[in-house]
Amino acid sequence: MDIQFTEEQELLRSSVQRLLRDQYDFEARRKILGSEDGLSRRQWRAFAELGLLAAPFSEDTGGLGGGPLSTMLIMEEFGRHLVVEPFVETVVLAGGLIEQLGSEAQKQACIPDIIAGTKIWTLAWTEKSSRFDFVNVTTGALRDGEDYVLTGDKSAVIAAPWADYLIVSARTSGHRHDRGGVSLFVIDRRAANLDLQSFKTIDGRRAAEISLRGVRGQLLGREGEGVPALEACRDRAIGALCAEAVGAMSELNSATLEYSKTRKQFGTTIGSFQVLQHRMVDMFIAHQEALSLMQHLNLSLNTGEAGVARLASGAKSKIGYAGRFVADQAVQLHGGMGMTDELNIGHYFKRISSINIQFGDPAYHLLRYAQLDTAA
Amino acid sequence: MELALSAEDAAFRDEIRAFIAENYPEEMRVPNPETDLSKEQMLLWHRILHRKGWIAPLWPKEYGGPGWSITRRFIFEQETSRAGTLPPLAFSVTMVGPVIYTFGNEAQKRKFLPRILSGEDWWCQGYSEPGSGSDLATVRTKAVRDGDHYIINGHKTWTTLAQHADWIFCLVRTDPTARPQSGISFLLIDMKSPGVTVRPIITIDGSHEVNDVFLEDVRVPVENLIGEENKGWTYAKFLLGNERTSMAGIGRSTRYIDKLKKIVKAEIAADDPAHLEFLRDIARVELDVLALEATELRVVAQMARGIDPGPAASLFKIRGTEIFQNITELTHRAIGNYGLAIREHPVSANHFMPGPDYGHTASEKYLNSRKLSIYGGSNEIQRNIIAKAVLGL
Repeated sequence: MDIQFTEEQELLRSSVQRLLRDQYDFEARRKILGSEDGLSRRQWRAFAELGLLAAPFSEDTGGLGGGPLSTMLIMEEFGRHLVVEPFVETVVLAGGLIEQLGSEAQKQACIPDIIAGTKIWTLAWTEKSSRFDFVNVTTGALRDGEDYVLTGDKSAVIAAPWADYLIVSARTSGHRHDRGGVSLFVIDRRAANLDLQSFKTIDGRRAAEISLRGVRGQLLGREGEGVPALEACRDRAIGALCAEAVGAMSELNSATLEYSKTRKQFGTTIGSFQVLQHRMVDMFIAHQEALSLMQHLNLSLNTGEAGVARLASGAKSKIGYAGRFVADQAVQLHGGMGMTDELNIGHYFKRISSINIQFGDPAYHLLRYAQLDTAA
Repeated sequence: MELALSAEDAAFRDEIRAFIAENYPEEMRVPNPETDLSKEQMLLWHRILHRKGWIAPLWPKEYGGPGWSITRRFIFEQETSRAGTLPPLAFSVTMVGPVIYTFGNEAQKRKFLPRILSGEDWWCQGYSEPGSGSDLATVRTKAVRDGDHYIINGHKTWTTLAQHADWIFCLVRTDPTARPQSGISFLLIDMKSPGVTVRPIITIDGSHEVNDVFLEDVRVPVENLIGEENKGWTYAKFLLGNERTSMAGIGRSTRYIDKLKKIVKAEIAADDPAHLEFLRDIARVELDVLALEATELRVVAQMARGIDPGPAASLFKIRGTEIFQNITELTHRAIGNYGLAIREHPVSANHFMPGPDYGHTASEKYLNSRKLSIYGGSNEIQRNIIAKAVLGL
């Protein structure tokens, strides 16, 4: 199974490849990580200029109409280069939710700035005790005139320190486990009564704990429809994150193969040892399967097929385990070098570990895959 | 699981427990002792054990060991490790010390052994080189004789805690024409010698444990040669055997499983299906520990009867490291979204760290423990040893 890409899609892929090859090598990335902000706004504008931030949006909202397949192509290349800038958070999560739920006025107000690269967004749904469950929300929202006022805490929100706007899930009715009582709100990250405590993540990004103590927000979509919207949003995010993981796995495999052909011990290249040959064959197989499943998922997202939720969970789990296997073995086969901050191998390991936590770990999604089986 | 102890040995065990409870320094109980303590803090417990005469259980009495039986040594190891005390620096006490009293001359014994016991000298290990990892016998650091000195040139790497070290024990090549194993010597080098440079290597957890050590025209007195010239490989292998015996890590794994259980209980609701999955995963790794512990006890019992355990150390190293990696991975998973966060090094109270305290080191432990299957002879090498020496393949 191999997708026949259109000329436009191939063009998108090669232009992303060219941009990252020229401007986003490992050293450039290291400088970005070490900067005070921890991201490159210049790079972000370059993504905008190339049309990457417009690619998946529909044409009526000013996008290029590329949908999940363009996201897939971009994220696979981002995965190869370990891009830290918040494409998933801004374009796939926030952009996707606004496009799906927003009023015409909201779309007009928000999406052009995303596409132009002038505003960064993120989604704040996790709470201290929510784990991977969208329903488990304690942050509350009370109606006040046209707006709502939000009070509560959000946890480990990736990209929040960089963001201009947040989409926040909050409870408008019901108890803590009531599926129908969660709504989504747009808030200004610099709004009054919003406090942010930043920290670094294992993969070199920035995240924050967010405290909301009476923060004004604007409803996105309808009251009580937050959970199904978040679920659909997660499926798209999984499509993007799996593409990123597959890109990272592909780099790990080629770097490990290359190393095994040059590193000599016991008078020969370590790639000549059968035990390592078999290990690398298994890494190759893991990548092949992950690539196929990832493409299959993104094709299904693109056509909006029924049952895509189950497939998304299946892919997140399978590709999560495959990614961990490949990353583990890439570090192991590089020996001490794989443990260093200096070499890129460990950074791929950390990104894959981080992807595995975002939106639920492989064990969580394995269970969800089983639970969504209508035949069982 | 316990050895069936005699009344005397049981009393001995109780004495150790009481001693630890009364004497282990409170300031050493930090989230991650290996990276969070200063050199002076790390040495606090070392000095307490030294004053008590318990610093070097392995050593013969004449050199300052306590003269314990194999069983008592094992009890001591088990109790200190279960209590989570920071073990005395292995490079000094477990590694170079035994090499010096086994192969060194009288002058070397008199000079170095007391300073190892007291903690006055901090040792590091100059084994690996960029081109010599698993294949250690190919070390290229050169030692050329010049009158009463050797002149050393080379590059050692992965040198743990060299930033604190007073001395380094090195494998150097004294005969470039001989077979790789036959041209190596074992040399003791003062880290303050001109020409020694230490460069930090930062690892993927952000910490500074290992280093490059560059040796440029370093002059080392001939009297610092251990044993005979070109016999260093024999001493190196002797030392590696000692390094690997301690790697089952039962006490450490047991402590981390206890902690993992508390985290799972706090983080995952009992009616969440993930809870049952964690219980199963924890049970599985607990059984792994139980089986390895039983194996260790069997080997100790054999050793106490004078039977050579052979390459059991390789088995302990493989399983001990795999088990601990698994525990750190489960712990990292258990803290959920907070697994995204990682402490910044050097550790400081000024850096904000989110989530409950028990999760603060989960990410770095998970990342740091990837090294376990690589260092001390990679697990692939250990499997080769068992294949050859045990299975006769």
